Amino acid sequence: MNVVTPFEGIGASVRRKEDLRFLSGRGQYTDDLNRQGQTWAHILRSPHPHARIRGIDTRAASAMPGVLAVFTGKDMAEAGVGGLPCGWLIHNKDGSPMAEPPHPVLAVDKVRHVGDPVAVVVAETRAQARDAAEAIAVDYEVLPAAATMAQALAPGAPQLHEGAPGNLCYDWHIGDKAVVDAAFARAHKVATLELVNNRLVPNAMEPRAAIGEYDRGTGDYTLWTTSQNPHVIRLLMGANVLHIPESRLRVIAPDVGGGFGSKIYHYAEEAIVTWASGRVERPVKWTADRVESFMSDAHGRDHVTKAELALDQDGKILALRVSTLANMGAYLSTFAPCIPTYLYATLLAGVYTTPAIYCEVKAVFTNTVPVDAYRGAGRPEATYLLERLMDVAAAETGIDRIELRRRNFIRPDQFPYQTPVALQYDSGNYHATLDQALQAADWAGFEARRAEAKRRGRLRGIGVSTYIEACGIAPSAVVGSLGARAGLYEVGTIRVHPTGSVTVLTGAHSHGQGHETTFAQLVADKLGVPVAQVEVVHGDTGKVPFGMGTYGSRSLAVGGSAMMKAMDKIIAKGKRIAAHLMEASVEDIEFERGEFRVAGTDKKKTLTEISVAAYVPHNYPIEELEPGLEETAFYDPKNFTFPAGCHVAEVEIDPETGRTQVVNFTAVDDVGRVINPMIVEGQVQGGVAQGIGQALLERCVYDENGQLLSGSMMDYTMPRADDLPPVGVATHTTLCTHNPLGVKGCGEVGAIGSPPAVINAVVDALKEYGVRHVEMPATPERIWQIINANRPRMAAE
Amino acid sequence: MYEFAYHKPSSVADAVKLLSADPEARPVAGGHTLLPALKHRLARPTALVDLSGIAELRGIRREGDKVVVGALARHAEVASSDVVKGAIPALARLAGTIGDVQVRNRGTIGGSVANNDPAADYPAAVLGLGATVVTDRRRIAADDFFTGMFTTALEPGEILVAIEFPVPEKAGYAKMKNPASRYVMTGAFVSRGPQGVRVAINGAGPCVFRQAEMEKALAANWSPDAVANIRQSPDGLNSDIHGSAEYRAHLVTVMAKRAVADAG
Repeated sequence: MNVVTPFEGIGASVRRKEDLRFLSGRGQYTDDLNRQGQTWAHILRSPHPHARIRGIDTRAASAMPGVLAVFTGKDMAEAGVGGLPCGWLIHNKDGSPMAEPPHPVLAVDKVRHVGDPVAVVVAETRAQARDAAEAIAVDYEVLPAAATMAQALAPGAPQLHEGAPGNLCYDWHIGDKAVVDAAFARAHKVATLELVNNRLVPNAMEPRAAIGEYDRGTGDYTLWTTSQNPHVIRLLMGANVLHIPESRLRVIAPDVGGGFGSKIYHYAEEAIVTWASGRVERPVKWTADRVESFMSDAHGRDHVTKAELALDQDGKILALRVSTLANMGAYLSTFAPCIPTYLYATLLAGVYTTPAIYCEVKAVFTNTVPVDAYRGAGRPEATYLLERLMDVAAAETGIDRIELRRRNFIRPDQFPYQTPVALQYDSGNYHATLDQALQAADWAGFEARRAEAKRRGRLRGIGVSTYIEACGIAPSAVVGSLGARAGLYEVGTIRVHPTGSVTVLTGAHSHGQGHETTFAQLVADKLGVPVAQVEVVHGDTGKVPFGMGTYGSRSLAVGGSAMMKAMDKIIAKGKRIAAHLMEASVEDIEFERGEFRVAGTDKKKTLTEISVAAYVPHNYPIEELEPGLEETAFYDPKNFTFPAGCHVAEVEIDPETGRTQVVNFTAVDDVGRVINPMIVEGQVQGGVAQGIGQALLERCVYDENGQLLSGSMMDYTMPRADDLPPVGVATHTTLCTHNPLGVKGCGEVGAIGSPPAVINAVVDALKEYGVRHVEMPATPERIWQIINANRPRMAAE
Repeated sequence: MYEFAYHKPSSVADAVKLLSADPEARPVAGGHTLLPALKHRLARPTALVDLSGIAELRGIRREGDKVVVGALARHAEVASSDVVKGAIPALARLAGTIGDVQVRNRGTIGGSVANNDPAADYPAAVLGLGATVVTDRRRIAADDFFTGMFTTALEPGEILVAIEFPVPEKAGYAKMKNPASRYVMTGAFVSRGPQGVRVAINGAGPCVFRQAEMEKALAANWSPDAVANIRQSPDGLNSDIHGSAEYRAHLVTVMAKRAVADAG
């Protein structure tokens, strides 16, 4: 054993180990689990966007068949259950802290959005719980609602929270306004754009679910939950909500079917089932149905922005000025406040040498579902704004859009590059990714394709986006200084078993990313253990020492780096064992691909021989070395990583119906070192699918009263296979300079780079109509309205 | 869903008897509208009368100058039927575009027509071909059958048995799908044949309807150009987050034009 095939290490497209169980129906998702004596919870939710609760009568419900208990917010508050905590504190321009209103697990005095949880029924069956929930009589006094940010900020608007006057969560800024204003004053040209970043519903394939179990014998609690970060849930729920010490609370996130950010947060249902299991002394299960998901999973994006770009006469950017309204929804979700600030405004330099940037952000409470991170989280909003603005600036200066970008790129010799908005980029080559993408997309041949499409009655357009993002979240001290209430390191344990097979324990969590394969490849590459002999364990606080979970494209850059550090320790210990066994000096031992050799000799020991010696220490330096071969490392990154690249979209519009089809898509991404090219390609394609979804299809709509109109798949347009073009994915690598793998992250690039490429292509397709901007999603009706409105003007010309 | 009784009769007569005895009972064929409504607790019938065991509701056959399609014919059966493809290819094509593979293998023509969802496909073909709806007790002309949104001339307990489509000289169908649900946002079914020239519009209004002005124009000149400049009034048309009444009115013209082109 321990003979490594050369194709399993870093750079090999190893087939995903986890797919056999996923594709053959053998995955074990939370809803697949059933505990002995299990009961079901049904959450009664508010049908009103905004209402005062005058009273709740649970008597009839409690008497229904199979009902074990009915709990209200008052019951939970009286039992000492705390509110859901927010993990990030933002400060206002004047230095004061943001408004942080309470977020009760079940509404107490008021409901603030459709779907706000009001009461829970625990019953023997799911149907009984639901039946009984319908028998709960809630006396609502319906209040006027603020469904949009404009409504919420208007004078005399309905107030959601006592502690948030004017429905303002914070009024924050970054950058030097005076310097920026001065640059605008001497600008040759100013390009201005007002735009909306549309609100999205994440829609992971697996709806959220949770099972709480209380052990009467030990007094311990276990929570199975659809989470991207079980340790974080244990910390937040244990310390803030239920007051259970870590030692008595185990959180397990088993197979999880997609997250995209929506399963990062600590949700009310997790606390409800855990707490209720202690009350009824039986396991309590809850599984969302899809309609419930629409009204209770945190939504994404939802910005309204005005952006201005100042340029000199050569097209060099002098300054950028941005003012954004960001919707928080009705309450602060776990990481909501940092998304439109430190994950957004800090990215506004993009890939350009913009010397001065000022951005102000008002975060607003509305009577809608809370908004938090969704694939890309702040960075798609920054990229969309910037890359749309670059096209507008190109049109208004008469400089070709590619040329304008080239003139402003940070050059490869300028790294490390300090932006005016806090971040320092470590590496990149934006000219190279642009050139490669233009080549692959046959940009030069586009006009012929446009002419050919025109003969078929189609409007064809091409668009480009050159983006950057910050991933590998994050250096703890840096995010701590910016308001994070947690560290963002990662933890990895490498357990080499006696016969040389390996178990990896990681604090990262895989919910579709393929960690079980990618992480095994790291072990194969470094220790020479075949992928098939590497087990990757994640998602269980009872097994994995600690972890901060998976989001922000951090798993490989941070979690993988922790594993590399742990493997360094394994090798260091292995060398001492090998030196003892081969009677050599430790300094003379070399390790490569599973073998310890004495330099300059043919003496060698395999990793298996070393692990046997470590666990059967008959001939072992027992005086100076502990037996066993297991090491844990915490890795705190030194900086963010900065994946960047270029996306090119080509669209065709049917001018009669307004329907847009993306006919070609090219992505050239610099994600640092690529461990598994096949998985990277899949991650980029998935991200692009979601980006095309945002650009053309997806839109969460509330009516003016706060009712959710796009509350199911009947009205919320998820991208489908026939909405998507073939996506050409290629990489151009510059290595991250500060982590041991040189990796940057690939999970979000697709969703970040693609929306502006698509909309730039749509605007290009419509250029004969004099169109300057098209809002997302560019639905058929929206396009038709534009064409229809501009037709008379065209006819007149 | 709530509790309900379940019956599976083997004859139309038994089904009618069950439905007549209990006004709160509902017939179910493919279940593509009723089952989601039950799951969402939007419907609470006392009983479901499952029609799938009734052999006399099945089958597709040519009878002289008509094609007779049994009420339980699934969309996939209509789409792949040699009889339909030979006599009314536009009807087979229409059936092949309903929903997805799973839907086409469960959903039935009778269920779709009896439900009269404004965004369904089949009502356009029934009205656009001037078909006859055959029930357990009478024959109803298409022009009299579709009476409003989700309502038809069917009486309580009356069961749709078959649809008789006259074989046209030409027929064509075009639709713009709702991007989210993929139901019809606006569609047009056009035909020329024994029932004259007919243009039926679905998706746009609360109920499938005939576009008289277009029919007149096509009677004089069967070509896409004949309808290209006929404007549908948006008054009374549906409006939702995917398409305003104005947009749907515009699509009526576009889809009619494309349907004529489809018919050839």
